Amino acid sequence: MTSQALPAGHSGEADAAWRQWARALALAGPGVLDAAWREWEPKPEVQAIRGPEAGLVMMRARTDGGGARFNLGEATVTRATVRLHGGPLTADAMGTAYVLGTDTAHALHAAIFQGLLADETQRERVLTEIITPLEREQAARDAGRQADAQSTRVDFFSVAREHE
Amino acid sequence: MYVAVKGGERAIANAHALLAKEGRGDPALSPLNPAAVAGQLGVLVARVMTEGSLYDPELAARAIVQAQGDVLEAVTLIRSYRTTLPRFGYTLPVDTARLPPQRRISATFKDLPGGQQLGATFDYTHRLFTDRDTAGPASAPDGGGPPDEGMPRVSDLLGASALIEPDQALDGDPEPGDLTREPAVFPMTRAERLQSLARGDEGFLLALGYSTQRGYGNNHPFAGEIRVGEVDVEIEIPELGYPVPVGRVELTECQMVNQFSGSADTPAQFTRGYGLAFGRSERKAMSMSLVDRSLRAGELGERAAAPAQDEEFVISHSDNVQATGFVEHLKLPHYVDFQAELGLVRRLNAEFRERAEGASGRHDGAEEA
Repeated sequence: MTSQALPAGHSGEADAAWRQWARALALAGPGVLDAAWREWEPKPEVQAIRGPEAGLVMMRARTDGGGARFNLGEATVTRATVRLHGGPLTADAMGTAYVLGTDTAHALHAAIFQGLLADETQRERVLTEIITPLEREQAARDAGRQADAQSTRVDFFSVAREHE
Repeated sequence: MYVAVKGGERAIANAHALLAKEGRGDPALSPLNPAAVAGQLGVLVARVMTEGSLYDPELAARAIVQAQGDVLEAVTLIRSYRTTLPRFGYTLPVDTARLPPQRRISATFKDLPGGQQLGATFDYTHRLFTDRDTAGPASAPDGGGPPDEGMPRVSDLLGASALIEPDQALDGDPEPGDLTREPAVFPMTRAERLQSLARGDEGFLLALGYSTQRGYGNNHPFAGEIRVGEVDVEIEIPELGYPVPVGRVELTECQMVNQFSGSADTPAQFTRGYGLAFGRSERKAMSMSLVDRSLRAGELGERAAAPAQDEEFVISHSDNVQATGFVEHLKLPHYVDFQAELGLVRRLNAEFRERAEGASGRHDGAEEA
């Protein structure tokens, strides 16, 4: 039996969790997932189903920020789909990942960890050892950037023609 | 007509070798590392991504190094590269209001909810050289926490009282036209125009925007809001059935607010122009929003007499890859072409001389009579 990356009849809540995990994997810094996979033991066998291959997505935005959609321009994206079997897995598992940029190793390893997340026996370990540290790191980076940005907050005072 | 030429292979190969040698500069210095270019020449990288119409800082930096800093050459490299890749799909529309922006200013509202943040800006610098080895002034964190009220769009604030036109939504949120898939047909929808302006040449759009300020299609603009920040990008993936975050991109957004005196069926209100560009591209986003607004002249019933209000003129000449291709092809061998014209000019000259001699002959004759 193959357990899909997304179980059939999934709920909105499960979607939200998967999206959050995909986000953490996509935002991982260069080389982080490669190193994590190198050290991951025991490893299941990895069979590449599709890719990793680079392609494009057309980025969309909205006129005036919130109006009609328009095509802004493209971005490079790399995708990979893998099947994991054997090793610590109870059943074959599929993993799919899409990551901005052309780093094929990043997409491949993100797909592998997606596959591990699909396996009930591996999920907790991936969450503890990979996803949670990634999220913590990303939150720290965001907080640092936000603090930098907030140090540039400004109050302008008009000297004339106020509330005219 | 262009007739092909043959030969010159050795000269061409040597010219390319010489180009590489020139581009390397002093061999005693270390070569430019594209990663360093991406980090330290971020504004240039943003321009190449924006006009190349492809978000990928790493590739744009590589293009800049290979093109020896020639922006249009780098943009062309990016455009060529994208044609080699398959299209996987479309992203959901990016939500520029969602993430806390790094920079967020308004020239129209002093006390807007969420406050103003200068972010990383060249504004208010003295435009003087700094000491070569200083990393810049030290920063003093203000310790203030994040704003509680978030940072709503300025247009939504005034929009509530109908003094500013609302976001232009269309019934059923139709698929926007895609100029990379279909040829441009005039008149365009605003969505197609925005796509075209988004990759248009910064200098060209800056000049056109400037022309509207100087009175050629005056539209009296205010920078309602400028934002720079990173947004999450999500794509709809068919096999998963829900949108998946794939990473983040940095964008610059400009909401230009313009005076409008109203027409027979619209009350007086502020109208808007919109600009959006990859990376830190504030000048581009501002210019784009000015030109977007001026190109709405027809829609708003304004008299369109200035170049910046002429959609076909603006859109047909804003793409710098097309423009430079046509201008620069003039330097390629045109020998047959020129020979034909040379023959024509020689014949016309000979005819002119004959006519002149004939006329003077008649003149001489008259004198004799």
